[in-house]
Amino acid sequence: MKQQSVFRRLMRFTRPYRGYLAAALACALASVSLSLYAPVLIGDAIDFIVGPGAVDFRAILRILALLGGVVLAGALFQWLMTLCTNVISYSTVKDLRTAVFQKLEAAPLSYLDRNAHGDLISRVVNDIDQISDGLIQGFSQLFTGVVTILGTLGFMLAINVQIALIVVLITPLSLFVASFIAKHTFDEFRKQSMIRGELGGFIEELIGNQKVVKAFGYEARAQERFDEINARLYRTGVNAQFYSSTTNPSTRFVNGLVYAAVGLFGSLAAISGHISVGQLSTFLNYANQYTKPFNEISGVVTELQTAAASARRVFAVLDEPAESPDAPGALALDRCEGAVRLEDVSFSYNPDRKLIEHLSLKARPGERIAIVGPTGCGKTTIINLLMRFYDIDSGAIYVDGTETRAIARDSLRAQYGMVLQETWLFSGTIRENIAYGKPDATLDEVVAAAKSAHAHSFIKRLPQGYDTPVGEEGGGISQGQRQLLCIARIMLTRPPMLILDEATSSIDTRTELRIQKAFDAMMEGRTSFVVAHRLSTIREADCILVMRDGHIVEQGAHAELLALGGFYAELYNSQFAPSEEP
Amino acid sequence: MRRLARYLKGFRKQVILGPAFKMTEAVFELIVPLVMASMIDKGIKLNDPAHVWRMGGLMVLLGVVGLGCSLTCQFFASRASQGFGTVVRGELFRKIGTLSHAEIDRIGTPSMITRLNNDVNQLQLAVAMLIRLVFRAPFLAIGATVMAMALDLQMSVIFLAAAVLIALVLYLVMSRSVPFYGKIQRMLDRVSLITRENLSGARVIRAFSRQKAEMRRFEDASEELRQTSIRVAKLSALLNPATTILANAAIVAIVWFGGLRVDAGTLTQGEVIALWNYMTQILLALIVVANLVVIFTKASASAARVNEIFDTAPSVTDEGNTERAPVPGAPKIEFRDVSFSYSGGDEPALCHVNLAVAPGETIGVIGGTGSGKSTLVSLIPRFYDPQQGAVLVDGVDVRDYPFAQLRGQIGVVPQQAVLFSGTVRQNMQWGCEGADDGQIERALAVAQAKEFVDRLPGGLDAPVAQGGKNFSGGQKQRLTIARALVGSPQILILDDSASALDFATDAALRRALRRDTRGMTVLMVSQRANTVKAADRIVVLDDGAVAGVGTHRELMESCPVYREICLSQLSSEEANRS
Repeated sequence: MKQQSVFRRLMRFTRPYRGYLAAALACALASVSLSLYAPVLIGDAIDFIVGPGAVDFRAILRILALLGGVVLAGALFQWLMTLCTNVISYSTVKDLRTAVFQKLEAAPLSYLDRNAHGDLISRVVNDIDQISDGLIQGFSQLFTGVVTILGTLGFMLAINVQIALIVVLITPLSLFVASFIAKHTFDEFRKQSMIRGELGGFIEELIGNQKVVKAFGYEARAQERFDEINARLYRTGVNAQFYSSTTNPSTRFVNGLVYAAVGLFGSLAAISGHISVGQLSTFLNYANQYTKPFNEISGVVTELQTAAASARRVFAVLDEPAESPDAPGALALDRCEGAVRLEDVSFSYNPDRKLIEHLSLKARPGERIAIVGPTGCGKTTIINLLMRFYDIDSGAIYVDGTETRAIARDSLRAQYGMVLQETWLFSGTIRENIAYGKPDATLDEVVAAAKSAHAHSFIKRLPQGYDTPVGEEGGGISQGQRQLLCIARIMLTRPPMLILDEATSSIDTRTELRIQKAFDAMMEGRTSFVVAHRLSTIREADCILVMRDGHIVEQGAHAELLALGGFYAELYNSQFAPSEEP
Repeated sequence: MRRLARYLKGFRKQVILGPAFKMTEAVFELIVPLVMASMIDKGIKLNDPAHVWRMGGLMVLLGVVGLGCSLTCQFFASRASQGFGTVVRGELFRKIGTLSHAEIDRIGTPSMITRLNNDVNQLQLAVAMLIRLVFRAPFLAIGATVMAMALDLQMSVIFLAAAVLIALVLYLVMSRSVPFYGKIQRMLDRVSLITRENLSGARVIRAFSRQKAEMRRFEDASEELRQTSIRVAKLSALLNPATTILANAAIVAIVWFGGLRVDAGTLTQGEVIALWNYMTQILLALIVVANLVVIFTKASASAARVNEIFDTAPSVTDEGNTERAPVPGAPKIEFRDVSFSYSGGDEPALCHVNLAVAPGETIGVIGGTGSGKSTLVSLIPRFYDPQQGAVLVDGVDVRDYPFAQLRGQIGVVPQQAVLFSGTVRQNMQWGCEGADDGQIERALAVAQAKEFVDRLPGGLDAPVAQGGKNFSGGQKQRLTIARALVGSPQILILDDSASALDFATDAALRRALRRDTRGMTVLMVSQRANTVKAADRIVVLDDGAVAGVGTHRELMESCPVYREICLSQLSSEEANRS
């Protein structure tokens, strides 16, 4: 995407605030003009202070009164301008964030699975902040900067053409200095941010796994590697900081040159009577602040570049296609019977690596299907397909005889209760988490669900009971307890079908028996798909799918499969291999 | 912040010379208006072009020398501030390395990472500003006032009044807006928290079709952030106009009273212009002071966070411990009346545990969640120290070993399978720096990982992404097991390390461990009865206490807790089969 189109596209986000934008520009124009007019007035006043006995107080008073008005109005416009740009900038940030977040909610899961979450978060948070700092605030700075330069030149030319021309002649010098520094700084900053990223990654990895570091006594070697990267960071850091910090002294120097030149030639002109002392002082005041806008503009240019890079990253998310919409006239299932049929289903995450090929399967209402097989054979993929997290490449899946692609996604997903291996809770209270699938549930319903998931007893013991906040990483709630909360969440909605991904593997083994019973009761009359490792679960299944490398190699009940003496029998017997014998 | 100043020690030269050069430049800057005044009063009034040229030359000279001075200062400032940041970062990392698990749990990893990155950067910036501006800005403001006094003592009253009023405005606005920065940061944290939750919970959110509600939640958080930001910005927006008004009011006063003084002959026209110049300088300097206040407010918060880590004493240290010889005939591992509770928790995680493990024995540890299994094994490498009782390895209290000797003989496979970016080989050499390919391949074979590693492009040199993301959960677990085996440790601790393995791989792994780790003392923590069933002895934990120790068969008869666990997982036929 070209820089220009990035900018144009960004402007589209400011469109709802174009009133503010117009006001901001008008105010900027007014405030800059007024602030540039003030020195002219002061210079005029000084011209009435010639020497002892030669001061015209009436004229001075008149000018000072005008000056007061000009300053007050200028300050007012400056204030209004800042208010407007703030509203534009913070509102656009919010709109952009919301838009990106909406896209993340609507994007297919494959997109979320494919991209590092840290990276996506940083787009939502840091990149958008960068855009607000760089493009929106930078834009207003750029605008006032340009207006200030042009205005200054205009006023100067109006007062005295020759001296103004001298200033114009020196101007390229300040541009040259500013761009020279900006270029060097940019290179060094790029190097610095690369090394900083490297160090950040290292820190994240090593500090994040400090326990492993300690277990292996890796501390000294980690320190060595850290020191090495840190030393490199120092070297580029010194350069980057030095180059960037030369901007101020250098522009101050150029400023000094302009000031000296104006003073020198102005004084000479004053001697020959071409300019008054007051006008000279006006010139001097302009000269004093002349390079400031150049300085700011060169800073803005770098910021604009970073912001454009950030905007590109944000737009890349916005350009992702959303999940394919529900077919027109898609069915909204109310409550299904629970008959599921897969017909000749093929699917792969990556066209180069075939995963599921020609899978057919039939689950009658209320049946329990166990999916077993070695690691990485595609068991969890089946969940992705049943829930339509991913769409199949060919074949068809039917629920109650209706093709799932003809069913609205939300209503299809509502038919399943899903408990995944990785427990997910959000940062709310326990009650809110249990009621996640049914936000309007009463406390009694929540408690009942918790009871049937055997979670009530531990929740009761927590200091704030059902109002205990759940932290991001557990926060005093153990892994097993989190699992119980996830089960309670399902117990509350009681959907007609269940999907369990070895859900009980980290639950307290003693309560597991009771949970198993609760599940059994719930699975009664509900079609269930269980990715199972536990033999007891597998044995009681109506149908076992034995998967290997993405294929269903065997399918049948426990006894049948054992009698078959195939892969399943091998798997099953390996569990009680000779090493088990004392 | 003062306490961190010790890290500036190596940069004393820069810290003293930097500001000195900067102030020299400031002095020059203060002289310029006087030169200008002389140019006007002597050059123009007396029609003396030669004087104008001389003064012009002087100004350029002042500028050149000033540039040299300030560049020198900037150079010192970048050396000192980057050096300071580098030292603090290095020391902080070292300090974090000495903290034990209890402190890591308490402070939290993300917070430590933020301190090491952002907070140190913030401090670094503060040091740079300290050298570059902290002396310069007030010096300029005061200097300009002093110069004004020298020009005309009575007129300088205007300067004092203006400086005080501007400072007051700065104080009023800043003191009200600065506290909001922390609040805004917290709101921003919430926005990123909701985003993170929505990414990690995408499946659950979609399963419940809660996308709309999540969007509302996100929008509420963003809206709150927007409103607060605008409110604070409204306050800060007052700063510039207010100071401009005050400064211009002072200029009006200067012109008016200056007119009176010139009329009376006590002041010249050029001096009035000089006074105007000084007023402008004061205004600019005070605005810099305002920015400095923001930087130092942030820096002092950062300093507090960094110091908090420096102040944290590791609860487990090996200070003063020297190499210990094993006591002949002692059990390999012994727990003597060990009780332990995590800090803050009143409930003991372990209470009065007694256990002796003979060399070469394989021990299974089983129990429910929160029964203390992981706690028990993490006391052996001294990840935590027990509050009561003692853990002994080779008859020596683990608290008497140097860490290297103790942890060097223990191979740990943590619950969470973590790999580090690099190559497979580098990961395998974690615990044993010089391990050769033969050793590594043997370990991989035992861990059932050889087959898939061989198939990787590059074999042992195959890349490992950060966190081992390019491997499946089961592969990662097998690699972490291999990593622990590489050094042929005398003690192997498997902390529920086979949970992501399917039961066939799990069984093959256990077979290989049994065959190839003779002489190794193995502690195997698991939730699965099948995993521990074949151990020499099984320790059953229940609520932090030992509920039974013995073989599978003995425990089936004598230990009701164990029986219950087994029956919940195996059919009675399988449970009884052994």
